[in-house]
Amino acid sequence: MVSLQNVTKRYGAFKAIQSISLNIKPGEIHGIIGASGAGKSTLLRMMNLLEKPDEGDVIINNKKINHLKGKEIRNIRQSLGMIFQGFHLVGNKTVFDNVAVPLEIAKIAKKNRTERVMESLRFVGLEAYKDKYPRQLSGGQKQRVAIARAIVNNPSVLLCDEPTSSLDPTTTMEILEVLKQINQQLNVTIIIVSHEMEVIRSLSERVTVMEDGQIYEVVEIEPTGVNKSTKGAATFVEQLKSGGDSNPS
Amino acid sequence: MIPILPKVLVEYQSEIWESIVESSIMVGFSVLAALLVGLPIGTFLFLCRKGQLLENRLVFSSLNLLVNIIRSFPFLLLVIFMIPFTRFVMGTAIGTAAATLPMMVIAIAHYSRLVEQSLLDVPKGVIQAAVSMGASVKDIIFKFLYVESRSALVLSMTTSTISFISYSTIMGVVGGGGIGDFAIRYGYLQYRTDLMVYIIIIIVIFVQIIQYSGITLARKIDKR
Ligand SMILES: Nc1ncnc2c1ncn2[C@@H]1O[C@H](COP(=O)(O)OP(=O)(O)O)[C@@H](O)[C@H]1O
Ligand SMILES: [Mg+2]
Repeated sequence: MVSLQNVTKRYGAFKAIQSISLNIKPGEIHGIIGASGAGKSTLLRMMNLLEKPDEGDVIINNKKINHLKGKEIRNIRQSLGMIFQGFHLVGNKTVFDNVAVPLEIAKIAKKNRTERVMESLRFVGLEAYKDKYPRQLSGGQKQRVAIARAIVNNPSVLLCDEPTSSLDPTTTMEILEVLKQINQQLNVTIIIVSHEMEVIRSLSERVTVMEDGQIYEVVEIEPTGVNKSTKGAATFVEQLKSGGDSNPS
Repeated sequence: MIPILPKVLVEYQSEIWESIVESSIMVGFSVLAALLVGLPIGTFLFLCRKGQLLENRLVFSSLNLLVNIIRSFPFLLLVIFMIPFTRFVMGTAIGTAAATLPMMVIAIAHYSRLVEQSLLDVPKGVIQAAVSMGASVKDIIFKFLYVESRSALVLSMTTSTISFISYSTIMGVVGGGGIGDFAIRYGYLQYRTDLMVYIIIIIVIFVQIIQYSGITLARKIDKR
């Protein structure tokens, strides 16, 4: 699936990642947690070569990809979806057109795109919003569009860099539920980076804990599941009363 | 329309029309050059910047310097400096067609700089998301950069076009003609101040129309 072998990443003299090896299992939801600056994003971004490792190998589906060039890297990236904290939608494109972009890039014929875009939007519950522009959406809705865009080309892996860190707790839970469904129903391996314990604990089966560019420990856990029984104000009250620690930072 | 026009405009109407056509040719070709050459050069300049997709310090600084030199050249001197080159390319250095060449050169430099600046406003994260999707540089340019910066590109073109009109007014020095040259020849050299004032009003009206259209279009296509 996705595997890193002794990867090191330097920024000048500074080692952001120090000889890390990590095997992601097919079908798992793998959490990566650590303090800000621990190297989580850098590690994740090496998996689709947004950052090239200075040493070591990145292996996708039993193939070393870190020495590939141009078109070959682009083809690999088309099979790995990615979402970000800041959503990064194209503001001048409608929801539909945003989601269609990866299909255009993959040169899927126009007549076959519509159905796939709508299927993807249906999955995240935003069919009715297809003609809206991103500025007309809430943060949670924007992230759903970004998710629809990331899965529209049927990726085998979804990379998530702090996908809920700019969302409120309720919306966070909704997004995590969508991610869980993507994992279970579409059989997509998910690697999720977050500095929030609650987020990692609710989804992940294995968690890589990072510190100073190294792996501190890889922990197997029983995911607590996504709490979506309460909504809005009730969630805040409940968390306050239970001394909730959903956001330790 | 015609009856309310001042007599002097009616009197010179054929010359005025002719000079408007000359100006339109010079400005029109400048706009065309800006779009066909300035847009790609500005895009390339942007992509070669530090931290961008085609980062290349040598290419960036050379191209950047060239654009700066052309833009800081006093325009009248550029026109005269280019005369041998213009003669070589166009066969003559005199007339509207010949005057169009230096106009096109300045138009390319002018617009490419504004394009580069416009593209800087595209959020880095959007470009990053594009790369993560496996987009090629061409995909990124046409499906992301131009889409996201289209209002800025239209406004830049508006600003450029208005500058081109201003540049075109001095093309009389190489026999380029045009409305500015008309105002100078008749209004100044033949002491027809009233005629000059009317011509200036006509130019101002043109500029207003361009400015208004540009802003309206830019607003209409901005969905961010
Ligand atoms: N492009 C870069 N240039 C220089 N330093 C960087 C760059 N990207 C990340 N870093 C540094 O590498 C370290 C790890 O960054 P990052 O992976 O973003 O951490 P995290 O995602 O865990 O907060 C940080 O100290 C950060 O400052
Ligand atoms: Mg990070």
